[in-house]
Amino acid sequence: MNFDKELDARGLNCPLPILRTKKALTDMQSGQVLKVISTDPGSVKDLAAFAKQTGNELLSSEEKNKEFEFFVKRK
Amino acid sequence: MGEPSQLAVIDDLVRRRIDEILPARIEEKLKEIEDAKTPSLAIIATKGTLDWAYPPFILASTASALGWDVSVFFTFYGLNLVRKDVGDLKISPLGNPGMPMKMPFGPDWFKGINWNIPNVVQASIPGFENMATTLMKQTISNNGVASIDELRSACQEGDVKFIACQMTVDLFGFSHDDFIPGMDFAGAATFLPVAQQSSVCLFI
Repeated sequence: MNFDKELDARGLNCPLPILRTKKALTDMQSGQVLKVISTDPGSVKDLAAFAKQTGNELLSSEEKNKEFEFFVKRK
Repeated sequence: MGEPSQLAVIDDLVRRRIDEILPARIEEKLKEIEDAKTPSLAIIATKGTLDWAYPPFILASTASALGWDVSVFFTFYGLNLVRKDVGDLKISPLGNPGMPMKMPFGPDWFKGINWNIPNVVQASIPGFENMATTLMKQTISNNGVASIDELRSACQEGDVKFIACQMTVDLFGFSHDDFIPGMDFAGAATFLPVAQQSSVCLFI
């Protein structure tokens, strides 16, 4: 999937993946896509909840090699 | 003679129709209002040790990341959390049976040992609390958990409102300069209405 910015949140635990995602999205323009990589299993549900609450669309959420990869579209 | 009874019939029909459609309409409208409201979180933070610093800052920063309106009222020992130097927060295992005492270094089998040191020993070793605090901070950073400083900055960037209890500030002899910039100083009467309006209010 195409993305405009990548956020490496590996090694960070709750709530840092969400806080960093929010910060990264703020600097982006509407419609751009942010790729987030995390090693925190809790981030799967957290990112889904974040997307639902803030209206930034979660385009995909996948597990790859014990890492979690998300694509979020800035609203 | 015809008119009053016609009015009565119309009245009755209208009343019955209203009774039929009103409950569903009211529920629809209430739900619309509820959904359009921005959720808000009010926290009253009363403790000042390292372990008690995490809940208010994590909840406040996360709620603010989710787009909520957040206000935190710091009172009593909670004031420790908004002093300029927050690196000074400590934790004590004394009389704290819930606190795990595991070493954050060494091989895995060593890290797994829970050192249950009796209170009477803890109390007689000077510097025990400082050591416990250092070990806890090491454990926290080993696990990629944010420091209090970072969480607090995230709150301030996210426009979380920090309010310090003026009464406690006076009580403990602090001055406004002891605290981070951007603090409001107010009392319970000012904060209670905020708490009342909030979606979620927590006492920590």
